[in-house]
Amino acid sequence: MSDAREPVTGIEAPVYLQYQFTAGRAPSRFLSALKQGRLTGQRCPGCSQVYIPPRGACPACGIATEEEVTLSNKATVQSFTIVYIPIPGNPIKPPYIVANLVPDGANISFIHLLSECVNEEVHIGQRVEAVWKPEAEWDYKMDNILYYKPLEEPDVPVEMIGKLGVDGLEGKQS
Amino acid sequence: MSVQARDIAIVAFHQSDCQASAGATNEVELIMPEIRAVMDQVGLRNAQDVDFVCSGSCDYLQGAAFAFVAGVDALGAVPPIRESHVEMDAAWALYESVLKIRMGHADSALIYGFAKSSPGELPIVLSQQLDPYYLAPLWVDTVSLAALQARLMLDAGKITEADMAAVVSRSRHNAMNNPHAQLAGEVSVESLLAQQHFVSPLRRHDCCPVSDGASAMIIATVEQAKAWGKPYAILRGIDHRIESHNLCTRDLTESPSTRRAAEAAGVADGAVDVAELYAPFSHQEIILSRALGLGEGTSVNPSGGVLAGNLMMASGLSRVGEVFQRIVSGEARRGVAHATSGPCLQHNLVAVVEAA
Ligand SMILES: [Zn+2]
Repeated sequence: MSDAREPVTGIEAPVYLQYQFTAGRAPSRFLSALKQGRLTGQRCPGCSQVYIPPRGACPACGIATEEEVTLSNKATVQSFTIVYIPIPGNPIKPPYIVANLVPDGANISFIHLLSECVNEEVHIGQRVEAVWKPEAEWDYKMDNILYYKPLEEPDVPVEMIGKLGVDGLEGKQS
Repeated sequence: MSVQARDIAIVAFHQSDCQASAGATNEVELIMPEIRAVMDQVGLRNAQDVDFVCSGSCDYLQGAAFAFVAGVDALGAVPPIRESHVEMDAAWALYESVLKIRMGHADSALIYGFAKSSPGELPIVLSQQLDPYYLAPLWVDTVSLAALQARLMLDAGKITEADMAAVVSRSRHNAMNNPHAQLAGEVSVESLLAQQHFVSPLRRHDCCPVSDGASAMIIATVEQAKAWGKPYAILRGIDHRIESHNLCTRDLTESPSTRRAAEAAGVADGAVDVAELYAPFSHQEIILSRALGLGEGTSVNPSGGVLAGNLMMASGLSRVGEVFQRIVSGEARRGVAHATSGPCLQHNLVAVVEAA
């Protein structure tokens, strides 16, 4: 039979596996605070760095980050990009800004959106503030914060980004 | 083994409790206490103080691609360290580390294995390790495959159901002295045989439980172990062999791969005081004891083995750790540790550990 010699170039074998996912003890504390409208980090007892979002360990020291730190709604732009292309499944209309932001009181950045701004004027060291959803919509989610918007505050010098205390440039520390 | 081969010393080991569910705890949070424990045993700060780190885990258990990378957060990898990973039980991470040290690329190594198996349906998740064209699409689970194997054993007259129950009874009894065990207690063979079949001829107790947890170990050259000044045992031999992925071409009532690995690791070169065997199903302990040539003089699975608690991706390493602990404590002078992977004991590793 000739069709027996047809090469089989693929078979369909879909895999469905179900998991009861858990975020972890440390991420759970972060998500719970987020649901209450608070942005929190965790401090490493070894090197004092404050991590957001906390994952349970200081990757630099390899030890648990137990101490909870409430962070400011104010943050500094560490880096950013202007997205001009539509991303499949993303409801946000280009062009929009994705930025690395360091909230005051933390030592590493996390990624969020920047809006209510003139895209061309966004720059590293710029001060921004979180715009939260209405309280009724808060959940265990990062998008409780809709986006960050620019603040009328002096820029943070590059060497100071990631080093501000929770009171910002004024109460500089840590 | 060449004459110049460097002897390997096992210096530290620790294992977590076997928990039916670790709850909200994530993998990093499971690993950290184990790594801390072995570091403290040796008096080291973190992974910066060893030459090489190797871990064993399986992303399928977690249901997330590259999930193993998060484990590195538990190490203190700043500045960068030399690190590797096997998508296997950490007994094979130990094997990789032994090679690294034997080749002279490292004098010391940290090894760890971890898994949270409880979030998924473990026997079904493991069906996806079968060949992808014929068996995986049938979703044949690990318990069913083990049951086929036990049926072959029974029909061939190589074991009885009472033999299987006796393995379970001894495991539960021994596990009473193991603070990390999940299942322990005095249960008679008669009461076990009175239980209903689960996947026949297996009863529930013939199958290891699903457990969450981690274990860690530190090994080094003998010179390094002496410099650390801690008690150690010698890893005299280690070898692993694998059989075909086609179950139908294997004699499932025996374990030729274990037999070969045992020969290469030198199991028969001396008396075996203690053996820790990775037998997830009761009948498999009997297959393994026979393949390893163990006799009356050997205490088999004094920890209770994995029937008392099975940390996927860590249980193999823990078998070596259990033997190490008994040798360092003076309970035994020479022991054999075994690790397995794949369905029906497809892939087997055998290690010989001796008093220094
Ligand atoms: Zn730290």
